[in-house]
Parts: sequence; structure tokens; C-alpha cells
Amino acid sequence: MNTFLKDTGHLLIRHLRTTLRLPIWIAVTLIQPVIWLTIYGQLFRSVVEIPGFGAASYIQFLTPGVVIMTALFGSAWSGMGLIEDLTDGVMDRMLATPVSRAALISARVFHAALTVAVQSVIILLFGMALGARITGGLPGFLAILLLGSLLGAGMSALSNGLALVTRREETLIAVINFFGLPLTFLSTAFMAAELMPGWIRALARANPVNWAVIASRDAMLGQAWGGVAKAALMLAGFMLVSVWIGTQAFRAYRKSS
Amino acid sequence: MPNPTHPPVPDPGQAAIVCENLEKTYRNGVKALSGVSFSVKPGEIFGLLGPNGAGKSTTVRILATLTRPDGGKASVAGCDVMRDPAGVRLRVGYVAQASGVDKWATGKENLVLQAHLMRVPAADIGARVGKLLEWVNLSDAAGRIVKTYSGGMKRRLDLAMGLIHQPAVLFLDEPTTGLDPETRAALWRDLKRLRQERNLAVLLTTHYLEEADHLCDRLAIVDHGKVVVEGTPADLKAGISGDTVALEVAGTGEDAARMAAFLRPLEGVLEALAEGNRVLARVRLGATAMPALITAVERAGINVISSTLSRPTLDDVYLRHTGRRFQGVGAAGDERKAGS
Repeated sequence: MNTFLKDTGHLLIRHLRTTLRLPIWIAVTLIQPVIWLTIYGQLFRSVVEIPGFGAASYIQFLTPGVVIMTALFGSAWSGMGLIEDLTDGVMDRMLATPVSRAALISARVFHAALTVAVQSVIILLFGMALGARITGGLPGFLAILLLGSLLGAGMSALSNGLALVTRREETLIAVINFFGLPLTFLSTAFMAAELMPGWIRALARANPVNWAVIASRDAMLGQAWGGVAKAALMLAGFMLVSVWIGTQAFRAYRKSS
Repeated sequence: MPNPTHPPVPDPGQAAIVCENLEKTYRNGVKALSGVSFSVKPGEIFGLLGPNGAGKSTTVRILATLTRPDGGKASVAGCDVMRDPAGVRLRVGYVAQASGVDKWATGKENLVLQAHLMRVPAADIGARVGKLLEWVNLSDAAGRIVKTYSGGMKRRLDLAMGLIHQPAVLFLDEPTTGLDPETRAALWRDLKRLRQERNLAVLLTTHYLEEADHLCDRLAIVDHGKVVVEGTPADLKAGISGDTVALEVAGTGEDAARMAAFLRPLEGVLEALAEGNRVLARVRLGATAMPALITAVERAGINVISSTLSRPTLDDVYLRHTGRRFQGVGAAGDERKAGS
């Protein structure tokens, strides 16, 4: 356990360092959510006037949705770094050391979760500047970070698992594009559940992205804390299952090489 | 429990690497190894020579615990690769064909991370990293991101990373592929220095005859997943046919024939043939035989106007044992690609 934690720490530092050395990545990461908040906030402003939408302002409604959407997409790309390591021979070099095998996955998962937390802070602050109110206060703020990070951790584990199985950037890109937008739109990120067709509402219930969006919105408003806790538990379960899948993919990779 | 950070030094009499009948078939049906056996002593540079696809990389990957054999046994630095892979990993350095350095980290950061992963005691890391950077002549570039390094610098960093934990055995998979001749020569110098300074066993794969000849104490020629012959480069070449001394005479073909008859019974001469106004003599040791032959012939009253000495090359060895010339084979593609 001790070596697992130490190795995870060393590898996490490596991933964070890499992230900080790609200024373009930081810029995109910071600017993209800002653009989403601005454009979507303007574009869909009047949907709150539809009877039954049930939110005071669209920016209030949208901010938690953009936080979770960013968490989803940001961490879904996590596997790309692993494919780069496979191609560069870095993975083989590490597998020839006594490094904890589990740490190779967990460091990436932690990295994704941390990145999501940082991005979420920025989006929330910008949302507040645009008029969103976090009536849930600091606990609400922190709960949103937690929910986003749990979703991000799970998604990154799946992404890394997929990277190990396919070992091709093209496949990973195709899969993320195929699932990313449906997962977002089959949730209440942009549209209130009350106004969704019945079948979409049914699908959304099984969608971890939707669990995170609903709970974030409640945490923002400081309401339904029981539901927020339940969603956090469900997302933690989703993360554990994803990490398990990622670890199995790792085993399969090692057997096939 | 033994302290994992200080692997015991292998007993000097013990082989650094032993493999017996290693077999490996990849999932796609490619049979990479069909019974590879050889052993390497501490302090020895041992080469696996063969074209791409011969099974060299697969052998090294099995010994570095990156892939499992389907049959046979292997142990490295006294640890069985199947039963004690963790023990093997602590005692070997592995430098892969694809450079395994992190291009977004600096040279120093790469070494420090590798030291941690290799369980080097934290207190020793700073000093070892500094020394190794100096050793591979990268001290000035230590703080630069590896992405800015040249191919030769990356390779030197790779080598340093393979040595950070002071392994007993170093694996080098095609260490000089893609390097310019100057960098290649520098790396050869480094490896020879390394063997001298640290009594390290080095297993290297290569598809350069020249490299195998120049660098290896012993080598095995691998073909179609099997070791076809093994020995020191000199022994392998000596096993071929001895050296060839060609002497050109001043006179006619008759003189050449007379000289050939004269040379045949001399000591050290295996065979002598007249060819025009030349005599081709196969001798055991050309370097010492040539002056002796010339003196003997001159004494017999035959004038020699030119002489050349040619030695059998590893290419001749390869031809003899595989039935093909080495050059031009192995165009069938990369071994790892075929295997993965």
C-alpha cells in the first residue's frame, strides 16, 4: 500500500508537470468553459420563460451543467496521454521497473480529478460573475467540486481502459465523440427535466452525467442535501466500477504484449 | 525480508543471464521464438545478432519481464523471470528500442522519477543523478525539456536511466538504430567503459554486423526464433575458414603455380590455390602468416609484387549458418509490429 501511494504520488507529479508545460492546453481548458457559459448563456436565455422550466435565470441553471460537461469532456481525453506513453515506449520502460501497476492507472485518475476541480473553480467563479448565485455557500461550492471530480475520475478510468484496449488515438477520438454529446444532452445540463420527452428523461436517470448535474444544481442552491449525498455515493460507485474496468484493461494489455 | 533497495551482488561464478529453450507464439499466430538458449556471464557484453523479425526483441522482452514465454526457462541475476519478476526488475536496466524517455520532462526529472520507481533510497537520488548526468555528458542539458534533445542525447539519457539503480544486468534493444555514425561510435565507447568500470553484464540486440563484431565479447546469431550459432566474434570467424592471403607474383601463371606448390606444405597454411598470377592461400592466422609466407617465397627466388590479407567477416559466418547473406534480409518488417 505504501509503495502504491508513493508511486501514485511520483507519477501524479509527472502528469501535473506535463499539463503545466502545455500552455495551449491550459488556455483551451480555461477559455472553453468561459465561451460555453457566455454563448449558451446568451443563446438559450429565453428558455427560462417557457412555462414549467422552473429556474430563475438561465445562467443560474447552466453553470452547474457546464461544470459537469467540462468534467466529462476534460477527463474523457485522459487516455490520450496513455496512448502517447505506449507509443513513446514510456509505458514499457515503466513496466520494466517494480512500479506498482495499480499506481500507473490511479495516478492518471487522480490527475483527471484534480484537473476537473481546478476547472470547476474557474467556471463557478465566472458563472458567479455572470450572475449565478451559489446560495448553498461554501458547502455547495465544495460539493460541486466533489461531484465533478468523482465523475471525472470515473470517466478518465474508462478512457484509460479504452486506450489500453485500442492503443490508437483515432479509435479513442471516435468513441469519445460518439458518446460525449449524447451523454451531455441525455442529461439536464441544458434543459430542465420537466420539459424533456419521457424517453429521454428515462435514459437520463441511468446517466452518471445527469446524476452529477442534478446534484450540482441542488448543491448550488443549497437544497435537497440528501439527494446530493446519494448522487455523490452513486458517482463514487461509478468511479470504482470504472477503475476496476480500467485495471482489467491493464491486465489484458500486459497479457497480450 | 531482504531490503529491496540493495539487491545482493550476484555470485561471480553465477551466470548473469541463463535462458533455456525459450518459446513464444504471439496471439496472432506469429511464432517469435522456437527454443532460444544461451547464457551470459557477469562483465560480458553479449550480442543477439539477427535480422528484424528474428526474435531478438522478443527474447529481451521476456528477460525484462515485459512478456511471458510459452515454454522454457530463464533467469536473470539469479531470479526466475516467471516466478520472481519483481526480483528481476530490481536488478536489471532495460533500454528499449523506442526511446522510453518522457519528452515533456527535463533530463534530470526523468532520472529522478526513474530512481524513485527503481526504489533507489531517497537520500542517494540527488548524488546518483548528478553523477550519471555527468557520466553521459548531459549535465549542461539536465534542466532542458527532453523534447529539445537530439537523438543521441535521448539515447544517452536512456542509458543513464537504465543505470540509475546500479543494475547487475543491462538490456539494450537495438541501442544504435537511427543514430548517426559518430553518435554510434560514442555510445560504443560508453558501453565499453561501462563494462570495464562496473562489471556489468550487457545483453544487446543489433542488426548491424559491425556493431556485433566491434562491441560484443560473445554473440549469438538468431534466425527464425532460434540461436543458430554462438561464440566470440573471433572464434566464429575463425570457425569459417581462416584468413586469406593473396600474393601477386612478378612472373607468369607458371610461377604462381610453382609458388602455390611451395606454400602448401608450410606450417599454418590450410590450402593454396593459383589464380592467374596470384596465389590465394588460406591460413590460420593471417596477420602472422603473411610476413612469414612472403619471406619464404622470396627466399625461394620468387618475387612478390603485392600482398593483401582478408579476414572472414561475420557476414561469412552468417552465410555459413543460415544459408543467406546478412545484408538485404529482414526487409519483412519490424519484429515488434509483427508480434503485437
